[in-house]
Amino acid sequence: MTQEEIKKAIIGQILEIAPDIEEHDIVADKNLQRSLEIDSFDFLKILTALNAILGVEVPEKDYAKVDTLEHMTQYFVKNLPQ
Amino acid sequence: MSNFVMPSLGADMESAVLMEWLVKEGDHVTKGQVVAEVETSKGVIEIEVFEEGIIEKILIKEETECTVGTPLAYIRTADEKPPQETTEEPQRIKASPAARRKAKEMGVDIASLAATGEINLANVEKLAVQTPKLATSDGMRQAIAKAMSRSNAQIPHYYLSTSINMTPALAWLENFNANRTITQRILPAALLIRAVVKALKEVPQLNGFWEDNEHRISESIHPGIAIALRKGGLITPALMNAHEMGLDETMHALGDLITRTRSTKLRNSEMTQQTITITNLGDLGVESVLGVIYPPQVALVGLGRIMDAPWAQEDTLCVRKVMQATLAGDHRATDGRTGGLFLEKLNHILQNPQELL
Repeated sequence: MTQEEIKKAIIGQILEIAPDIEEHDIVADKNLQRSLEIDSFDFLKILTALNAILGVEVPEKDYAKVDTLEHMTQYFVKNLPQ
Repeated sequence: MSNFVMPSLGADMESAVLMEWLVKEGDHVTKGQVVAEVETSKGVIEIEVFEEGIIEKILIKEETECTVGTPLAYIRTADEKPPQETTEEPQRIKASPAARRKAKEMGVDIASLAATGEINLANVEKLAVQTPKLATSDGMRQAIAKAMSRSNAQIPHYYLSTSINMTPALAWLENFNANRTITQRILPAALLIRAVVKALKEVPQLNGFWEDNEHRISESIHPGIAIALRKGGLITPALMNAHEMGLDETMHALGDLITRTRSTKLRNSEMTQQTITITNLGDLGVESVLGVIYPPQVALVGLGRIMDAPWAQEDTLCVRKVMQATLAGDHRATDGRTGGLFLEKLNHILQNPQELL
């Protein structure tokens, strides 16, 4: 899976969980939860859905590394099973 | 024979639209079965029957607006004979679903259109242009306004607050979650609800109602959980039978409740049987909340955002995860002493999180 495909998958899940958000609302370097008003429950839902698609489980201690769209994409690129 | 009537889905509701029947005449229904969906200012609610029997006659057609208490169907218990025919025609307003939606959106009363004949989208839009739109035309805002005005007028509130060191509970939870898969992860919100429920078992006076000038304590604990909707607005559906749940069950039920609230798939029992309210401001909110009690409940627990704060422990000053827990109590039902005892129990429970399993 390419970096671009991973980014698409993340955006897809955000739009799925929060259907009122438009794709252009998601700014690459802004805190996802704060800028899009995603609470901890919806954030966990997004990570759970991405785990099912990408096979990468984000432990709670790594939440700081997946705070923006950019960081989350990089995190999955780095941790994707070979 | 009994009438199955349009239930009141909250003290502020006057009418709702019966959207869809999920049963037909002649069907056997059991207690707690969802038989219809109604649309209220709080979204689509699934309504249940509270007795076993057979749907003898359906009185109201789909997409009909009815006031609370309007008979919707006759239910016959198994040992009853079929009844005599009835000629009573309930009053209803015919309108297409699109017109109804538009009318609601634009704050147009469809009853005022009924006299002019057909109600369609074009008619509604025409009337909307003539009617100035008020800032409060949104149904949910109006419903909240009514309930809160009633609360403030009737309930003599008292407020208490305490700071709780959440570091032990959060550290315990982090460690607990580290050994589990992502689908089994527990959120702090579930831990907090479980802790409140446990504290309520020890101080049950806060869990119940003030009705007919009497304080009635409820044995079951159905906390109303304040859930923000993504498009604005707030609903506090009940987490039914929370007193019977461990931590995993609480998390599972909370997830299910949030998902159904946000996709507007709640049941009438969840809209009407709350015994107390919990407002958890979570990770995005402010430090503390002094809430307004939903009548006929007698208390509201407010949990503020957990944040890093200076904390004195023995003779050292350190930084801890701190949460402001508040209690709004109905002074007719309880005194500050009871409320204080509750906050003290809640604090004690959260210092021993392993007991929350």
